[in-house]
Amino acid sequence: MDSSEKGSLAQVKHVVLVLSGKGGVGKSTITTELALALVHAGKKVGILDVDLCGPSIPRMLSVGKPEVHQCDAGWVPVYADPQQKLAIMSIGFLLEDSDEAVIWRGPKKTALIGQFVSDVAWGELDILLVDTPPGTSDEHLAVLENLRKHRVDGAVLVTTPQAVSTGDVRREITFCKKTAVKILGIVENMSGFVCPHCSECSNVFSKGGGEELAKLTGSVFLGSVPLDPLLTATLEEGRDFLQAFPESSTYTAISQIVNTVLSSLDA
Amino acid sequence: MADVPNDAPEHCPGTSSDQAGKSSACQGCPNQNICASGAAKAPDPAIEEIRQKLTSVKHKILVLSGKGGVGKSTFSAHLSHALASDDSKEIALLDVDICGPSIPKIMGLEGEQVHQSGSGWSPVYVEDNLAVMSIGFLLSSPDDAVIWRGPKKNGMIKQFLRDVDWGEVDYLIVDTPPGTSDEHLSIVQYLSGAGIDGAVIITTPQEVSLQDVRKEIRFCKKVKIPVIGVIENMSGFVCPKCKNTSQIFPPTTGGAQRMCEELNLPLLGRVPLDPRIGRSCDEGRSFLTEVPDSPAAVAYQNIVQICHRRKVSVH
Repeated sequence: MDSSEKGSLAQVKHVVLVLSGKGGVGKSTITTELALALVHAGKKVGILDVDLCGPSIPRMLSVGKPEVHQCDAGWVPVYADPQQKLAIMSIGFLLEDSDEAVIWRGPKKTALIGQFVSDVAWGELDILLVDTPPGTSDEHLAVLENLRKHRVDGAVLVTTPQAVSTGDVRREITFCKKTAVKILGIVENMSGFVCPHCSECSNVFSKGGGEELAKLTGSVFLGSVPLDPLLTATLEEGRDFLQAFPESSTYTAISQIVNTVLSSLDA
Repeated sequence: MADVPNDAPEHCPGTSSDQAGKSSACQGCPNQNICASGAAKAPDPAIEEIRQKLTSVKHKILVLSGKGGVGKSTFSAHLSHALASDDSKEIALLDVDICGPSIPKIMGLEGEQVHQSGSGWSPVYVEDNLAVMSIGFLLSSPDDAVIWRGPKKNGMIKQFLRDVDWGEVDYLIVDTPPGTSDEHLSIVQYLSGAGIDGAVIITTPQEVSLQDVRKEIRFCKKVKIPVIGVIENMSGFVCPKCKNTSQIFPPTTGGAQRMCEELNLPLLGRVPLDPRIGRSCDEGRSFLTEVPDSPAAVAYQNIVQICHRRKVSVH
């Protein structure tokens, strides 16, 4: 069977969704950092950004407003690096005006996501990360339906420590169980802030909720990522945090999460 | 006809969609001919029903953001508490975040259920003059996921507006999920008869938020919702030990202030990060009463006063 029959994901070894029931917990941040860490580890990585109303990935990877071209095999993804180790597709690339609102109901979102999955010429990838909007609705169902022909290795769930967040992520865990998506583990983001002036640690968004949620639901706890203004600032500027701050505890936290995710994929 | 009839196939685009009767999912549906003929697209009678039902509601305010996790539900809940502190006012809080309903927890109403009466669904009262409705009250377990496509979410929002017995209300506050999609279009559509006074837009200082919020503001312009103003939440953190301020979410492109200047919109205020806000929300208590002297509570009270005054002179 040649690869065009199997579809554009034929040469993609692993597919991992990044989910949360809750908005603003750091799904796009974690997706970006996982992708960069994997590229630094020598992998070829793709990011599919299916947040159609609020696409954050293009800015975080400083890819600006490139044009999306077609080739025989479909849409050519945008590469974040000259060596073409990190491929991206996002609605952000298809908007003339970056302030333009995508005011679409479910069926139209479903149709574009179908195209993003099936018509992008991803080529050879070790791992395709799928960044999602919060919730359990059209976008999530569309991604899973279109990935049905291809294996989905599992999902990384992102939460912040507080109960208002874990309360929504519990529902996302139910979504994964109902749709037979394996939960690779839970990441607790924004887990404590260390004051740069006096080193006092403040639990700005409470404490411990991610680990408790993992215990409650029998999921793997992948680790905690602290609230780090340096991480936020580099994402704002579209710079590579891992290259800029390799000595930081945030770097260590992210590396540990990546290693655990990689081992669960190879297992 | 219901937006998604009971006998519709799984990918039904909705009877009021442009694709009604025409999409591939419509093949074989018993309603296909009705939809394709356009008969189902006649103005939804629910719009007039809702207009009549809501004549007893004086003001309707939406709380919006393009971005998730910026504090919409926190603000909606505390705006409601602040307005309800005036005993002479009747306040209603409607949560239309169908997939991630946070309002029951923030209002301390987890586990409450909705009751039906002859005059419709009864909202849940957290105070004598503060009524709340959320899909959270219709779910039997905190693990229940609402895995619904757009048309079904729209149907729920229609029911919330048409079938809830709100009674005489001075302010109806509507908390929304992030984005510019089904829930937002439905709220605007179903309230097109009853009218919306305006929207309060919430953001955090960083560009990753602002870029989504600008889209939300465009949405408001497109559907002609007046913008009461913008609130910049999580605006700086004062270390409880050394009292130095850190910008955890840095305003690398000028924050909400510059965006408001560019778009000629009022900046209603800035609220600092305070761990006690999150804690109060988790415990279902109003931080306005828990820690009234905190800079965040003071900022909120100022913003509420401004909203109160601005609602009649909006952009």
